[in-house]
Amino acid sequence: MAKLKTALILATMAVAVAGCQKKRPETLPPGPGAVDPGTAPGTGDNMGAAQPGTAAHFKQNIVSDTVLFGLDQYDIDADARRILDSQAQWLTQFPNTRITVEGHADERGTREYNLALGDRRANAAKNYLAARGVSAGRITTISYGKERPIALGSDEASWAQNRRAVTIVLN
Amino acid sequence: MKSAAALLLLATAAPALAQTPPLIPAPTQPGQDQGLSVDVTDESAQDLSILIPAMPTSQPVDTPAGNTQALGRQIADVIAADLRNTGLFKPAGPDGIRAVPFGEVRAPDFGYWRGASAQALVQGYVQAGAGGRLTVGCYLYDVALGTELTRQGFEVGPSDWRRAAHKCADAIYTRLTGEGPYFDSRVIYVSETGPKNRRIKRLAIMDQDGANHRFLTNGQSIVLTPRFSPDERRIAYMSYQNDKPSLYVYDLAAGTQRLLVTDVSLAFAPRFSPDGRWILFTMSTAGNADIYRISSSGGTPQRLTTGPGIDTGGSYSPDGSRIVFESDRSGTQQLYVMNADGSNQRRISFGSGRYATPAWSPRGDLIAFTRMGGGFRIGVMSPHGSGEKLLTDSWGDEGPSWSPNGRVLMYSRGAQGSSGKSDIWAVDLTGKTSRRIATQLDGSDPSWGPIRP
Repeated sequence: MAKLKTALILATMAVAVAGCQKKRPETLPPGPGAVDPGTAPGTGDNMGAAQPGTAAHFKQNIVSDTVLFGLDQYDIDADARRILDSQAQWLTQFPNTRITVEGHADERGTREYNLALGDRRANAAKNYLAARGVSAGRITTISYGKERPIALGSDEASWAQNRRAVTIVLN
Repeated sequence: MKSAAALLLLATAAPALAQTPPLIPAPTQPGQDQGLSVDVTDESAQDLSILIPAMPTSQPVDTPAGNTQALGRQIADVIAADLRNTGLFKPAGPDGIRAVPFGEVRAPDFGYWRGASAQALVQGYVQAGAGGRLTVGCYLYDVALGTELTRQGFEVGPSDWRRAAHKCADAIYTRLTGEGPYFDSRVIYVSETGPKNRRIKRLAIMDQDGANHRFLTNGQSIVLTPRFSPDERRIAYMSYQNDKPSLYVYDLAAGTQRLLVTDVSLAFAPRFSPDGRWILFTMSTAGNADIYRISSSGGTPQRLTTGPGIDTGGSYSPDGSRIVFESDRSGTQQLYVMNADGSNQRRISFGSGRYATPAWSPRGDLIAFTRMGGGFRIGVMSPHGSGEKLLTDSWGDEGPSWSPNGRVLMYSRGAQGSSGKSDIWAVDLTGKTSRRIATQLDGSDPSWGPIRP
């Protein structure tokens, strides 16, 4: 209960800081057990602004959490640089946050090779962020190979979406 | 619980399946060059006709595996299925075949079987002994010559009745083809279910024909690429347990697992050495994947490859002196062979497309692989890279694993599209005989174990 209260207070403060004009309801619906600050009432997407330093805030204040790669490639192109630059900027602003970068591959590679390829991609994103001043000690990587596609089709458009590195803020 | 008990029994000194002494002296032992034989390399399938009547029992007895009379029919069924799956034989029976009285098992009515246009005849019997243990006699006859070609006797616990059938089928297959046995073996694989973006993957084990299936992990963590140890008591595999993708070794008898490689961001692609002492695997540091070996009981890994490319998929030659692996050091995935200490690395694949997942045959003569270019296909080549032959033609075949005798390959076949479905298939070296292995759910990453003792 103490945890929930703290979260609510923080959420209220976040709303105040963000200058949100929306009136908070008098009584809030009961939260389902422990409340994740990132999804606490008042910080959802509908409310417009998330609590600074949270995963939700990260997603709202960057170009994208995902960079894409060419077939069998792991180089950081101009689009990826723009995305990672925005991530690096946010990460510099919140130096106590930690992130994990997930590397993924499309299904048109063998399982083991794709694990290595996803690892290459995650590390390419990590190295870029580190070069932009984010301490490497704050960044972990994990490769899922082709095990966790985001697009389900077996076509070029789906594969292009699945060749990706995704940055996730750990709360 | 029953299977666990059987496994424990196997792990101890007492063999679960004992070959009984010769039942009666053979009247004549035909020379190996006489009588029926099948050439497994002949691509014009010969379809040798084999009749397999239900095996009679001297006395119907209820056992934990069922009544011996019913078992005699079930065992004949299993033998017929094993032989049919080779694509080399045309077995018939036990359905639609005349029942054989007990007294006729060792004295076939050759006149009758010639009339049924059989070339070979398999007869046998089932008897129950103390504690429900079963004795299965197995005889192969050349119908035209009226001679016995081979005989085997097996004593098994009731839960192992299928093993007696597989051993009998192995004896027939070996006698007729001159090839090593493979039916009495098991397969470890990844059982799959769920949507394509959230597949639940569990370690599972089954007999090579899909029977006696059971799960080994609960599906909470993704598991990939399980590989049997040469004595099939341990399984090396990759798991995402605690969000730390690494390698584990599972002890089948104990039902326990332990972490093999510690303090690493990514370890994968495990494979045992032929003597079971080492496990080859791939470890990635700072995005660079190289092949290492580690004692199968743990310890400090020794690095075998260096350089910036992705080196993975290591597989030992049967004598343990060499390793085949894949590397993209040339720009695309290709196959390489090196000495077991990492020296003398040389490329062996030069065809169009990419080559991956090499597996050295237990006979040493061939290397199986996945070739990508258009589809994903299973193929074989010599360890020098010559004689490449593609065995399958599909959208998503991957990851071949050899049968114990080096004649058949099991692999994953992924489906195109949003289903994420995957099945396990088997193909023989002619490429003519392929079939799906029935699994409870979907399946991938099969690893075929050794012939069981």
